[in-house]
Amino acid sequence: MTDHHRAPVGAWLSTLAAATALSAIVCTPAMSAQTVVKWMHVETVPAYVQAWEEIAQKYEAQHPDVDIQLQFLENEAFKAKLPTLLQSDAAPDFFYSWGGGVLRQQAQTGALKDLTEAMNANGGAWAKTYKPAAVNGFTFDGKIHAVPYRMGTVSFFYNRELFAKAGVKADSIKTWDDFLGAVKTLKAAGITPIAGGGGDKWPLHFYWSYLVMRNGGQKVFEAAKNKEGEGFLDPAVIKAGEQLAALGKLEPFQNGYLGATWPQTLGAFGDGRAAMLLGFENTEPNQRKNAGDGKGLASDNIGRFAFPTVAGGAGKATDTLGGLNGWGVTKRASPAAIDFLRFLTSPETERELAAKGMIIPAAVNAEDALKDRLVRESADQLAASTWHQNFFDQDLGPSVGRVVNDVSVEILSGQMTAKDGAQAIQDAIELE
Amino acid sequence: MTNMTASLGEASVPDAAAHVRYKSPTARGRLPALIIFLPPALLLFTLFVILPMGEAAWYSLYRWNGYGTPTEFVGTRNFQVLFNNAAFSQALVNNGLIILVSLLLQVPLAIWLAVMLSRKIAGVVAFRLVFFLPYVLADVAAGLIWRFVYDGDYGLFAAIAGFFGVATPYVLADKDLAIYAVLAVVIWKYFGFHMMLFIAGLQALDKSIMEAAEIDGATGWQKFRFITLPLLGSTVRLSVFFAIIGSLQLFDLIMPLTGGGPSNSTQTMVTFLYTYGVTRMQVGLGSAVGVVLFVICVTIAFGYKRIFMRHD
Repeated sequence: MTDHHRAPVGAWLSTLAAATALSAIVCTPAMSAQTVVKWMHVETVPAYVQAWEEIAQKYEAQHPDVDIQLQFLENEAFKAKLPTLLQSDAAPDFFYSWGGGVLRQQAQTGALKDLTEAMNANGGAWAKTYKPAAVNGFTFDGKIHAVPYRMGTVSFFYNRELFAKAGVKADSIKTWDDFLGAVKTLKAAGITPIAGGGGDKWPLHFYWSYLVMRNGGQKVFEAAKNKEGEGFLDPAVIKAGEQLAALGKLEPFQNGYLGATWPQTLGAFGDGRAAMLLGFENTEPNQRKNAGDGKGLASDNIGRFAFPTVAGGAGKATDTLGGLNGWGVTKRASPAAIDFLRFLTSPETERELAAKGMIIPAAVNAEDALKDRLVRESADQLAASTWHQNFFDQDLGPSVGRVVNDVSVEILSGQMTAKDGAQAIQDAIELE
Repeated sequence: MTNMTASLGEASVPDAAAHVRYKSPTARGRLPALIIFLPPALLLFTLFVILPMGEAAWYSLYRWNGYGTPTEFVGTRNFQVLFNNAAFSQALVNNGLIILVSLLLQVPLAIWLAVMLSRKIAGVVAFRLVFFLPYVLADVAAGLIWRFVYDGDYGLFAAIAGFFGVATPYVLADKDLAIYAVLAVVIWKYFGFHMMLFIAGLQALDKSIMEAAEIDGATGWQKFRFITLPLLGSTVRLSVFFAIIGSLQLFDLIMPLTGGGPSNSTQTMVTFLYTYGVTRMQVGLGSAVGVVLFVICVTIAFGYKRIFMRHD
C-alpha cells in the first residue's frame, strides 16, 4: 500500500508540473484549455447584439481557446443586481458601465481590477488609443478601472412633420423661453409637445440636469457635488428647479407619462404621438424599434437641436450632458477577457461599430466612419463640447442619483417645489 | 411566509415538550432519532432564517453600501431617517389599506363564493377552477398582465374607454388612482385562495346540523348566519391570518404594475425596502426596514394567534 501507489502519483505530479511549465512557455497570453469570458450587457437592439456576437466570433476564430459568452440583463434589474453579483463567484469578466459615482464606489470596494498598469505599459500604448476625456472619466484616485467604449450626448430630437404642422421652427429655439414658447404653440395646435418617461424617472432627470448646467455652469455643479459652498441650495440650482416647474405647468407630456417606461416613451415619439424627445444620440434606431408598427419615424423626418440656454445663466450653449460608457472589469477577469476588451474597443473595431451607427467611439480616429446624419450631429456637438458632464444620476452615485431622479419627476409633476427638491438632494448628499 | 411558519413552529413546541416529558420512559429510545433528524432542519433554519434576521438587525445600525464589511456605525440613524421619510409613511398607510381591503372585501367575497360553490350545481368544478386560476399565476406575470389591462394607449381600459368615447384613464400614472388599481388586482389575485380554504372548511361541516335547521324552517340567511359562519370560525380566523401576513409582505405584484410610483403613492414596506435599500445601495437603511417589518409581522402573528386562534 505504500511505494507502489506513491510512485505513480509522483510521476503524475511531475508530468503535470512539466505540462504546466510547457504550456506557460508555449502559449503565454492565451489560457490553457477553454477560457470562458463572460460579457454582461444591457443592449436590447438585436442588430447591435448581433454585431457584438460577430466581433466575438472573429476574436474566437483567432483565439480558439477562448469562449466568449454574452449575458443580458434588463437595465433596471442589472443596476439592482450588480452589487450582489460583483461580490459573488457568478460575477462576469466585464460589464456595461456608465462610469461616475457607481463605478467609483465599485472600485473603492475592491470589486474591480486595476487596469492602470496595463493601460500605461509601453508608454501608454493602450491608453493612447482612446480620447483623453474618456480615459479621464474612468480614472478615480489615479487608477483606471474600466475600458472606454463609447461617448454620448443628450439632446432634443423632434418630429419635423409635426413641427411644420404647428408652424414651429426648430432653428429658432435658442433659449428656454423659446422652448416654452414652442411647447405652447404645439399644444395650441393639438399636438402633444414632449414624450416623457416618468415611470422610469431618469429620462426626466435630464431636464433638471441640463437646467442646472445652463444656470449654474460647471463651477456650481462641481461645488455642489463636492459638498462645497451652498451645495445644491445654490440660487442657480433652485432657479433651474423653478424653470422645470414652469415647464411642468404647461402639461407638455403625453397622457399617462408618469407611468411610462423609457421604451414606451420612445414608442410615443416613434408613433408620432409626441413631437419632441430629450434623448440619447441613438434615439433614431431606438424609436424605430419601440414604435407600434416597428418602423417608427423615417430618419429624414427627425431633426435635432441642442438643449437651449437660459437667460443670465453661467453655463454655455456648448456644454454637454451625456454618457461615457465603458466596460467595468471585475477582479476575477481573466487575461483573455482583458485582451478581448482591447480588441473590442480598438480603433478598428470601433470604426466598424460607428459605421453601423451604433456608437460615437471612445477610441481615437474612429469617428470618420460615422455615416448616420443624426449620430454624426451628436458626435460633432460632443467634439465641440466645452464641458462634458456625465449623467447626474451616475455621477452622483446611486443613493444621491436616485434622489435626483425622484426630485426631477416630483418638480415636473407639481408635487414638490424647486426649493424642497434642492433641499432633498442636499440632504441626501450630506448623508453620504 | 417565513415569519408565519416560524410562529406556527413556535406554537407547537410546548406541546411537543409536554409530550416528551409525559412519555419519559421511552424518551431515551427517541434520542437517536432526535440526533439524526433534528440537526439538518435546525441547521437549515438557523442558516436561512435566524442568521439573516440577526444580520439584518446588525446591518441596520450601519451605513453600508453592500460592498465589503460594514464599518461605519451610525446607531439608530437609519431608523430616524426611516420614520421621517414620507414615502415610508405612505408605505405603512398602504399596507394598512391593503389589510383593510383584504378583510372587508376579499374575505367576505371568498366566503360568499365558497358557500355558492360548495353546493352541488352543474359546472361547479369549472367555476372553482376559474376563480382559483389567478392564484396559481405567478405574481410577476399577474402584475404584467394587469399593466397591459390598465395601459392607457393599447390596453383593455383604452379599448373600453374608446368604445364609450370617453377619455382614457391612465390609472397607473395617476397618483390618486394607482393604489386602487393595485388593490383591485390584489383582490383578484388572492380571493381564489381564500375561497378554496372556505370550500375545504365547508366540506368538513356536519351535514346533519344543516338538515336539522332546514327541518326547523330556517331561512337561507339564518342558516348561513347561525350555522355555517360559526362552524366555519376556525377557517375564517386562519384565512384572516393569511390575509394580514400576505398583505404585509406584498411586493412582486406591485413591482411590475407601478414599481411603487407615481410619487411613491403605491409603495408598500417591501417595495420601499427594495427601492430605497437595494437599488440605492443603502443596505443599512434597507435592513432597518426589514427589522421594522419583522417586528410588525411577529407582533401580529403572535398576538393574533394568542388572542383569536387560541382554541383552534
